[in-house]
Amino acid sequence: MNKGLCVLAIAWTMVVQFEMNPSQALLFAADQTPASASDSAPSLVAISPLEQALLDIASEEVEVRTAAAAVLIEQGDARLIPKLDAIRAEGSRAVRQAIKPVVDLLKNRANLTSDSPDFRRSAAADLGASGRAEAIPFLKQAAATESVWWVRYTMEEAANFLELRAADPAVQLAAVKKLGELRSSNSVPLLKELMEAGQRPEAPAPQQTLAAAARASVEQIESWGTWANIIETVFRGISLSSILLIMSLGLAIVFGLMGVINMAHGELMMIGAYATFVTQQAFVAWLSPEVFDWYFPVSLPVAFLAAAGAGWILEATVIRFLYGRLLETLLATWGVSLILMQAARVYFGDLTAVIAPQALRGGAQVMVGVYLPYNRIFIILLSIVCVVAIYYLLFRSTLGMRVRAVTQNRNMSACLGIPTRKVDAYTFAFASGLAGIAGWALTMVGNVDPGLGQNYIVDSFMVVVTGGVGKLAGTIWASLGIGGMNKLIEPFTGAVYGKVFILVGVILFLQWRPSGLFAAKGRNADA
Amino acid sequence: MPEPVMPKSDRRETLVVALAAGILLIVLPLLNLLPAEDSWLHLSDFRLNQFGKFLCFAILALGLDLIWGYCGVLSLGQGVFFGFGAYCMGMYLSLQIGSESVYGSELPDFMVWTQVKELPLFWYPFKSFVGGFLGAILVPVLFATIFGFLAFRSRIKGVYFAIITQALAFAAWLVFNRNETRLGGTNGLTDFKQALGFRLTDPATQRGLYILTVLALCAAYLLCRWIVASRAGKVLIAIRDSEQRVTFSGYTPWVYKLFVFVVAAGLAGLSGLLYVPQVGIITPAQIGVLPSLEVVIWVAVGGRGTLIGAVLGAVAVNYGRSVLTNYFPEAWPFILGGLFVVVVTLFPDGLVGILRKLFARKDEASAPGPTETGPAAPSPTAPRPGGAVT
Repeated sequence: MNKGLCVLAIAWTMVVQFEMNPSQALLFAADQTPASASDSAPSLVAISPLEQALLDIASEEVEVRTAAAAVLIEQGDARLIPKLDAIRAEGSRAVRQAIKPVVDLLKNRANLTSDSPDFRRSAAADLGASGRAEAIPFLKQAAATESVWWVRYTMEEAANFLELRAADPAVQLAAVKKLGELRSSNSVPLLKELMEAGQRPEAPAPQQTLAAAARASVEQIESWGTWANIIETVFRGISLSSILLIMSLGLAIVFGLMGVINMAHGELMMIGAYATFVTQQAFVAWLSPEVFDWYFPVSLPVAFLAAAGAGWILEATVIRFLYGRLLETLLATWGVSLILMQAARVYFGDLTAVIAPQALRGGAQVMVGVYLPYNRIFIILLSIVCVVAIYYLLFRSTLGMRVRAVTQNRNMSACLGIPTRKVDAYTFAFASGLAGIAGWALTMVGNVDPGLGQNYIVDSFMVVVTGGVGKLAGTIWASLGIGGMNKLIEPFTGAVYGKVFILVGVILFLQWRPSGLFAAKGRNADA
Repeated sequence: MPEPVMPKSDRRETLVVALAAGILLIVLPLLNLLPAEDSWLHLSDFRLNQFGKFLCFAILALGLDLIWGYCGVLSLGQGVFFGFGAYCMGMYLSLQIGSESVYGSELPDFMVWTQVKELPLFWYPFKSFVGGFLGAILVPVLFATIFGFLAFRSRIKGVYFAIITQALAFAAWLVFNRNETRLGGTNGLTDFKQALGFRLTDPATQRGLYILTVLALCAAYLLCRWIVASRAGKVLIAIRDSEQRVTFSGYTPWVYKLFVFVVAAGLAGLSGLLYVPQVGIITPAQIGVLPSLEVVIWVAVGGRGTLIGAVLGAVAVNYGRSVLTNYFPEAWPFILGGLFVVVVTLFPDGLVGILRKLFARKDEASAPGPTETGPAAPSPTAPRPGGAVT
């Protein structure tokens, strides 16, 4: 008696405190005394099975909850989710645990027919991971009408993955075989469990055949995984190489032409990245959100011009006075780089990020297990465009001809009337602009921070040194080699020792080819 | 060629050096020891210790000056050799902490918290002072021999060499930062207590270390001066001014370069060896790319190609740094960067160059006739080291 009074008192306070509607108050009471609630409820109003299940899901008894959950999953849809969430917010721990999978299932099932392939895919993946056999029919149904192969693949994978836990060995066997054909790396742990279960001597015959099939599937999946891994590694290597390439191109041209090692090249790249960032902020501040994505193409010329301008000033104020004094230019430009870095740190602070435009977010699933992010693909394409553009500029334009002439023989070119100092200034500004473009592209793959240039500068120098002076082909091959080696060694040794190995490799390589891959041919005793 | 009389500028240098050595060796410790604490003449323990640190850097700068100022080979990796020396000494000092450590273990603290149960094998030689001392000199020397042999024999020179050594500094920094190299990772080695039974916190020990540093600096200076004045020193300068002609004259430049590179590495190791007990900590941050480059700026500011300039530059820049970072902590990178630019473009001969010019003008006024400039003072119009454009 005393206890019942207490319950009533608590229920009443709850109604007051949380402004529950009467049915919820009832539910709460039902929480305490389930039997009376389910007996008395129908007598009040005639309610549908779904509503009944909504009440039962908050029951204290496990069986009642489970049955209610089954009804909800079978008959309910996404419209129930707000109601379930409301019950969950107030239910006990056990009730919350009972409701969670129901909500997830309903939500994901609704998402299976969403308009966005990404939503459909992640819903299918979630359903597969949930381990609820109820989801199998939905998944199969959705897979039958799905048009995007990668989404369809995920749906089939999820359905078969769920069937692995089925009671019927025949269904299990079919699922095992299908998963092997699908090369589903997600199901490897479960397949291995089946293998181990079947290996016990006392296991019944169907379990043993299942284990054999699982073994075959796992082998299939793993050999596929190896290949997928190799492809992804190669892709990462090419991606890193193309970043290095864009950076090193400008560096190599200047080094070849003027013999100047521009230590501030990384910071010119940083200027390009910050120019992109500033453009983005300007778009956020002054333009409507619909045109936001246009900041990215707009910031390309901005980044180029900002870096080229900075390079032009650098050439006019510092480098001009140091021609022929290579080591001095190295030191002076290093000083400039320190100043620029600190200026960026003081002005912008340490962390600023550029939001990638919609088109470059996400990636392409080119085959099972191989996912290529769009931003990386974009950078690879960009580096190809840069190489082609530079090739045309150097070998098909008048300026390019002059640049090549001065690179080969400065004095002779001057005698023939080429304004060598002007050529130097233009080339330096252009190479700086290239660094700006590299910075623009780098905002897609990482944060913009003052140390941005430093991360790549040592590697870029290695590329220039390995490639040889003033040879486009040398720079391309060297950046492919160094970028590729970096990513190839990394899985075995870790990033740090990978870099150390590359350094040792470059030193040994220079033993064999002291002036780089593609040395200028000639009778130069210094070469 | 008859041996010329000691040029006037050299005599002057000797005088200045002797005077400076006297002040550093006798006057400063006395100022620390004798006057009362509140007297204006009193030099605090902190200042004396700081001077000791600057003089360690001066030894490091002497090494770089030898290879860059005299031989024209720009090494951007001196910090690595400094780090080898410092870490070797640091390992000895770490093992001397013994049971005084925070965790009371015989192992250094960082090993306790990185779950290292046994002393790694390569730490064993550093249990004794002799091991630490020899290691601090020999490890850099050995490493420089291998690296230099590979680099110089294949005629990697000029900018190429600078970049390779910079990559070396970068790689060393990466490796020393790792925990699995068992050298304390990012935190480095620190919290030293004693060396050879002397408490490091004791002002008397620090004073002794300071005097040792001054003596080491004098020895290093004399060694460098002897090398520079020797026949080999002449070849070094010839290599700087035109390596091709030296080759054509029948010399093998790379042997000379290797020799001087190894000497520079040994001096860097010595500098690290003295640095650690005085400063009490060594971390990877002191051996990376930037610290290695800072050595170059010390020499450039002081006046490269002059031994006294290297010492002067190291002390001046570091003193300026300690003063300025006190008042404007954010401004130091600007100043350092500005120094790089201004010194290189406007004052290629550094402080010593400016002083020399002043004195030369005075000499000219007092004694008409061509003034002598020592072999160590290249005329401003001469091509700079590494100036041979390929």
